[in-house]
Amino acid sequence: MGVDRTVTRQILRRLAMLVPTVWLVATLTFVVVQAVPGSYADAIDHPRMTPAMRDAVRTRWGLDRPVHEQYALWLRAIATGDLGTSYVTRRPVSETLARALPPTLLLAGTALALDLLLGVLLAVAAARRPYGRVDRLLTVLGLGLYGLPSFWVAGLAVLVFAVGLGWFPASHMYSIGADRLAAGHRFVDLLHHLVLPACCLGVVGAAGTARYLRASLLDLRDARFVTGLRARGIPERRITWLHTLRPALAPVVTLLGLSLPVLVGGSVVIESIFSWPGMGNVLLTAAQARDVPVIMAITVLGATAVVVGNLVADVAYAIVDPRAREAE
Amino acid sequence: MSLRWGSIAAWTPGVIVAVCVLGPWLLPDPPAADPVHAALLPPLSRVTEVTFADGRTRTEPVAETATLPADDTTTPSGDRIVRVREARLWLGSDRFGRDVLRDLLVGGRVSLVIAAGAVLVALLAGLTVGLAATSGTGWIDGAMMRIVDALLAFPVLFLVILVAALIQPGPWALVPVLGLTSWMGLARLVRGQVLALRGRGFIQAARVSGATSHQLWRWHYLPNLVGPVGQDVALRAGELVLAEATLSYLGLGVPATIPTWGSMVREGHRVMLDGWWLATFPGIAIAVLVISLAATADRIAARWRRAG
Repeated sequence: MGVDRTVTRQILRRLAMLVPTVWLVATLTFVVVQAVPGSYADAIDHPRMTPAMRDAVRTRWGLDRPVHEQYALWLRAIATGDLGTSYVTRRPVSETLARALPPTLLLAGTALALDLLLGVLLAVAAARRPYGRVDRLLTVLGLGLYGLPSFWVAGLAVLVFAVGLGWFPASHMYSIGADRLAAGHRFVDLLHHLVLPACCLGVVGAAGTARYLRASLLDLRDARFVTGLRARGIPERRITWLHTLRPALAPVVTLLGLSLPVLVGGSVVIESIFSWPGMGNVLLTAAQARDVPVIMAITVLGATAVVVGNLVADVAYAIVDPRAREAE
Repeated sequence: MSLRWGSIAAWTPGVIVAVCVLGPWLLPDPPAADPVHAALLPPLSRVTEVTFADGRTRTEPVAETATLPADDTTTPSGDRIVRVREARLWLGSDRFGRDVLRDLLVGGRVSLVIAAGAVLVALLAGLTVGLAATSGTGWIDGAMMRIVDALLAFPVLFLVILVAALIQPGPWALVPVLGLTSWMGLARLVRGQVLALRGRGFIQAARVSGATSHQLWRWHYLPNLVGPVGQDVALRAGELVLAEATLSYLGLGVPATIPTWGSMVREGHRVMLDGWWLATFPGIAIAVLVISLAATADRIAARWRRAG
């Protein structure tokens, strides 16, 4: 009863922080976009644009109004859930995002699952014999993946698995003409395309997760309750999977929550390399064209995702580790 | 990792800096870039650079055993050769015939200067905010930390991509952009350390025995901040090297006319099948620098723990 109350209070407090945080981030983005000289009207790169036409564009989108007026208008719109209209495509931003969000969620979700799954397996394997062969291999691998830029690893993966071995497609989400396939085949085609980008994003994260979890597992190796379990003749494997993994995972859950901005950012790079039709690519295109409504919408969405992700991680921590509840 | 390997790794960043700074001076001049005859030569290629009487140069690969034409001769087609120079492309050449080794060193300078500048900006901003938070009242402290928390929730790469795309940056625009997006962790660290120190016995003893605030900071707070801040700075420097490389790879960082490790990988990926060496060496350079910076951070932490 008391436990549920503290968890609820924690959630409520974090939820209350959500709105000001997202507002702050969005305002910061607005300031940055406004602080840079020039606007969409100046960024249109067409040889036949006359100054008069640029002025017309400026008036059309209200870019000639004072900054505080633009800010007020934008804030009012976003508070009512209106994300605005893209300058470039002239379609509602929500439409663009609705199309780009599922691919990104699929990619990042798969990567996160892979990160956790692989991280746990590797850490358990390494912690079985500290400083043994598996452990040392993992340390070297982890260090390498920590230092090597993700785009470099992705390029290597494309070279080896797509070009050299031909096992997976090198880019995009579907093969050409996939829309004429039956649903089942289409899904398989999607999975086939998902393997390389998801692995590039997930494996790099898994190296970090494994390193962290390994240390966490080793800390618990000589805990009193583990010695007790051992004395009762419970096999080592059972102790690891049933007893020490759960408490060891607690800090990792927080780490995953904190690494969300990195994951969100990393997916921009991976999406760009693999031409994945997600938010990252939309952001890159919009940033280059100074398509402010799209930029703002994606930043707000990204910040919300990160804050909510941290919240979920905190709640998960409280569920995994009862001590966190009492500490409140 | 044994102590010896640890200390070798910890000195590696210094070695990389020295090599990038001094290398281009100490190495012999690279052969003139010849996009027609010397493009995409593999590592260790032996080339000759021939200078003609009219000032044109021509660089082309030659076999290991071939003898070179002498200076002051005339080719069968009637061109007069003024000078013949032999050179070796240790790391190969790119698709414009440029020496990859030279670009790697010069590009390393750019990457290092950007990362160092950004670290400095982050350090200044982090120290300022962190110290201001601890010296203000509880209300200011709370407000500042909420802002820091909010900024930490920001996908930094988003902001950096945004700014980099908006300002079409020269090489140095990245310094404030990267620096001002990565000081939040440092601010939190400094604040936490100062608050923790404030409760420690030796600080309270010093205060009770009448130490002025200047003395407290000079002899008690600052020496105890050096270790954790140094460790954080070394780790952050590695992250910033990666961030700069990522931006340059996306084509948003340093203009394409200036080589950096990130843009070299980008160029290399364009001709991945014709020249594996183009992306490989800058990638390895980044990795070695980032990993050794992490080792340096470990080393600083270990030394500080022993001293403290």
